[in-house]
Amino acid sequence: MAMAQALPDDGIMRAADGTPLKVALARAQRREKLRAMGLILPLFLFIVLSFVTPILVMLYNAVYDPDVADNLPQTISALKAWDGTDLPPEEVFAAFVVDMKAAQQNRQVALVGKRLNYEISGIRSKVIATGRKVGAIEAPPYKDAVIAIDKVWGENETWATIKRSSSEYTPFYLLAMLDMRQSVDGAVERQPAERRIYWDVLKRTLGISFLVTAMTLIFGYPVAYLLATSPQKTASILMIFVLLPFWTSLLVRTTAWMILMQDNGVFSQFLSITGITWLLNLFGYIDGTPRLFHTRFATVVAMMHIQLPFTLLPIYSVMKTISPNYMRAAKSLGGTPFYSFVRVYMPQTLPGVAAGCLLTFIISLGYYITPALVGGPTDQMISGFIFSAINNENNWGKASALGVILLVATIILYYAYNKLVGIDRMKLG
Amino acid sequence: MAVPSYYTRGETVAYYALRAFVGLVLLFLISPIIAVMPLSFNSETFFSYPMPGYSLRWYDDFFFNPRWSGALKVSFIVALATTALATILGTLAALGLARVNFKGKSTVMAVLISPMIVPVIISAIGMFRFYAILDLAGTRLGIILAHTALATPFVVITVTATLSSFDKTLIRAGASCGAAPHTVFFKVVMPLILPGMISGALFAFVTSFDEVIVVLFLASPEDRTLPLQMFSGIREMISPTITAAATVLVLISTLLLVTVELLRRRSERLRGVRN
Repeated sequence: MAMAQALPDDGIMRAADGTPLKVALARAQRREKLRAMGLILPLFLFIVLSFVTPILVMLYNAVYDPDVADNLPQTISALKAWDGTDLPPEEVFAAFVVDMKAAQQNRQVALVGKRLNYEISGIRSKVIATGRKVGAIEAPPYKDAVIAIDKVWGENETWATIKRSSSEYTPFYLLAMLDMRQSVDGAVERQPAERRIYWDVLKRTLGISFLVTAMTLIFGYPVAYLLATSPQKTASILMIFVLLPFWTSLLVRTTAWMILMQDNGVFSQFLSITGITWLLNLFGYIDGTPRLFHTRFATVVAMMHIQLPFTLLPIYSVMKTISPNYMRAAKSLGGTPFYSFVRVYMPQTLPGVAAGCLLTFIISLGYYITPALVGGPTDQMISGFIFSAINNENNWGKASALGVILLVATIILYYAYNKLVGIDRMKLG
Repeated sequence: MAVPSYYTRGETVAYYALRAFVGLVLLFLISPIIAVMPLSFNSETFFSYPMPGYSLRWYDDFFFNPRWSGALKVSFIVALATTALATILGTLAALGLARVNFKGKSTVMAVLISPMIVPVIISAIGMFRFYAILDLAGTRLGIILAHTALATPFVVITVTATLSSFDKTLIRAGASCGAAPHTVFFKVVMPLILPGMISGALFAFVTSFDEVIVVLFLASPEDRTLPLQMFSGIREMISPTITAAATVLVLISTLLLVTVELLRRRSERLRGVRN
């Protein structure tokens, strides 16, 4: 206190220790800010390390592919001067023989074969056979000796493919997942028709997600409306029907649908008892009992069942905030009930509809378990292809490239969600 | 639930049609879960009604066959560790985010929430590659860290929601009464945000307890969790033990749902929210 009294009386407000109040406040706020940052930092670092970095690694895998470049280094540098019109000159074949001998010793030939096989089907076994036989080539002319092992080495396309793979970084996987490829001269072109499959996968994924989202909206909106306008007691009882499935494991719900949709299972019993089977037969949609398991229908029904609460709950929480006075006002001004509902009530629910539908659409894009278990084996979504690229083909480049496409689609929608709804306003349950 | 007397005929029709439609949708939501439960008491190995007899053999298998009971144990260990880590990290971050406004805050928030949005298959393949570099692939710690990353967004969201209606003057009141910051936190802030923390923790628990894709990539054969056991069981041939497992899991989720619902009501009462 004595110090404060000794301060000059210059009209500046001061804190107890004599610093001007403005400075003290700024300092306190800075300290507060630093403390808050210190609270956020542990989680931020944790997420960056355990989640963001792995995803960056995956992105890198989509373009990083050193198998050919690392194992055929001399061939690649010899190929630099080759213009692709005729077969490569003798020195390329000489370098190739040296590289292949080394690769055979390091047991890397199979890797080279696997990589080239992505572009020239059937070449894998030929590369491996060449690796085995190349040790016998002692002296020139290398060109004829190599072509004598397998005539695939006498084709321009083989060498063009090797030349294209000369960099450790390749757009091959990303292009392939968009049904495109680099032609012999390096220009980007569409895949031949029989190799265009991934565009269909993407379209199918988007189509199923869209269908699921639309169905959840059609079925969820009336439920949300009734829940929001019912008396509290009724609403909380009805809410159990929505929340119990929401809290039940996704795997359990998928399993439930799997069991119910077995041939002659509970679901087809239900269809037959209610006469739906009879009706479907009558109108010629099916012959006999309907097959549900491993169909698109099963995927959509099960996904819709799982996603319904995700669409419904945001709509419900927006509807809860709409005052009934608006509808009363609309009706007292002479609007018919239908007109008032469509023109006055529905526009106010749009934020909830956007939030719920976007969330469901984003989640649907990444579905793997449900389509894998109840859907048809040829009717998988993009995540299923990612999984089988790793599990069945051990093709990380392909899996990563598909992952990039799925990730880009997700991020665009996530950005839209953040702009339209705001992630800080996301609520659960 | 009678129709108000002033309703027109059209409104009356709409009134009943809406209720009938909603009834069917709610039935659709609940019936698969209900329909599976009785099948777990089936004495035979097929999945249709009527059942020829009743038995507890699938429950016996679930609780006493080491393949299933071991998986259940691993799942509990992983989920509890995940819950603890995710709740602590998530609550701290939510407290920090509620305190300040800074440039790029929404970006930071977007990064913190992203594990919930990014398809799990993408996270899983990335983690498999990266964790292998760190020697974490095939370890239980690796699964726990991966699940924690997937679960923290739920904690951040629920705690942030609780904090949005939190009266910040209470912190100042506590401080002006002479309490140290940590005393203020434990005596004033925490009791009020506890419902949000617990719901977040339960979400985190469920996230880990349910998760199968990351486990598919990261688990060693000894670390088979319950979902992984179910998933691989389903793919080969459905064993009816799965219906017993499903029934037990539904009971667990019912328990969690009731807890969260009670907490939500308590929190609304504490914060003076009236419906």
